[in-house]
Amino acid sequence: MGLFFHIGRYASFLRSVLRRPEKASVFRRLLAEEMAAIGLQSLGIVALLSVFMGAVICIQTAHQIGGWIPVYTIGFTVRQTMILEFSPTLIPVILAGKVGSNIASQLGTMRVTEQIDALEIMGVNSAGHLVLPKMLAALICIPFLVILSMGLGIGAGAWVAVSAGLSSMADFEYGMRIDFNAFDVTYALLKTCVFALIISSVSAYHGYHTSGGALEVGRSSTKAVVYAVVIVMIANLLLTQMLLG
Amino acid sequence: MIEIHRLSKSFGDQQVLHDISATFHPGKVNFIIGRSGSGKSVMTKCTVGLLEPDQGHVSYDGRDFTAMDRMGRKAVRQEIGMLFQGSALFDSMTVEENVIFPLRMFADHSEAEMRDRAAFCLERVELPHAAVKYPSELSGGMQKRVGIARAIAMNPKYLFCDEPNSGLDPQTSIVIDNLIGDLTAEFNMTTVVVSHDMNSVMEASDFIHFVHQGQIAWHGPSDDLLHAEHPELEAFIFASKLMKKVRSNPRPKP
Repeated sequence: MGLFFHIGRYASFLRSVLRRPEKASVFRRLLAEEMAAIGLQSLGIVALLSVFMGAVICIQTAHQIGGWIPVYTIGFTVRQTMILEFSPTLIPVILAGKVGSNIASQLGTMRVTEQIDALEIMGVNSAGHLVLPKMLAALICIPFLVILSMGLGIGAGAWVAVSAGLSSMADFEYGMRIDFNAFDVTYALLKTCVFALIISSVSAYHGYHTSGGALEVGRSSTKAVVYAVVIVMIANLLLTQMLLG
Repeated sequence: MIEIHRLSKSFGDQQVLHDISATFHPGKVNFIIGRSGSGKSVMTKCTVGLLEPDQGHVSYDGRDFTAMDRMGRKAVRQEIGMLFQGSALFDSMTVEENVIFPLRMFADHSEAEMRDRAAFCLERVELPHAAVKYPSELSGGMQKRVGIARAIAMNPKYLFCDEPNSGLDPQTSIVIDNLIGDLTAEFNMTTVVVSHDMNSVMEASDFIHFVHQGQIAWHGPSDDLLHAEHPELEAFIFASKLMKKVRSNPRPKP
């Protein structure tokens, strides 16, 4: 089916999702459950990847510098890499795989087992009931995960730099502070919010519109991750040009 | 009473429903029967609004459902209960939570009142001890009964059952059929059952609509079914050896 068909159906889907929830108490409970699923259950993988990436960036930078390049460049590079690109872009890409496939397969299974039809028959706006809590939970949790990733990555870089004798703590700290622009963090969080909405809504769109059986649920899950990652990458380029260009 | 008036539905070039009309009577179990692919499921989905018909309209007690806006349909849907072919229970919730769900969404009951209502509905389908179990812990027949309990939780005026006996053994099928019949009379619901199981048709139906090639080819009270003179209906009813034996020794027409 054509690109315009999907754009139109995605817009119509979002219109249904963004309707007022049927009951605030039910919505709050669903939101809390989704925040646990999207946020708390992603803490481990985000922490692990961030620590290792921060450490690796530190060692790679130390390996490159020498001669006239000052040692504090290690701290500077770790900071800039984590804040500008690794945490706000690669963490959402990883979450597109973890959270996105989970959302798509959950909704896809609900679709093929008629659970979504059951909601509709009861008079429940199924798209809003199932997807809005996921989108809001992603919008709240993913920026927090990204902030955590920045902190852990830079911390791991500092620890490796000092413990491996690549840099003194004073040099690393100096590098971390030099030319710091607070807007970089704002830019990172802005794009993280956009990516969170893309990941949750694109995955939900693919899961919600699944038809068939188990095979199609698997296909929807794969498509959800692929499309979410591609759209995140395109959005990354556009946002970076808009905000930093 | 549910009335379907000149309903048509196509998917691409394939027309599934052709100008179909039917009336489903209150307090009765109305069966829609027909071969696989005849259009009975599409007809039901158009009736409850899961599919939009290309033309025609559906009315619930005189209210034109097809012409209603989203809020109007939402109000009518709260008067509809539906039992799905695969039960469609929410697998992340316990049985009790499944039954409570429609009440939680739309009724202003206290938690205790909702639990009492769920207990009543589960008692009514003879599953009072299944409340804390998850759907995956239940047999197919028990899942169907929980589906019925959820469907009647809001005290509906209309009950739709899509292939309620698919995948069930004959004895469990009879339990489900009797339950649907009893609840229809007890709550004075307009019940519509989609089925191609002749045992179920003979057991539970009051009125029958036979769908063939997207049209109502025959309709009438269930007592007239075995005497109907319609070649396609005869071929459908007497397809099995059992029903052929029934034909050779028919019950006298009342």
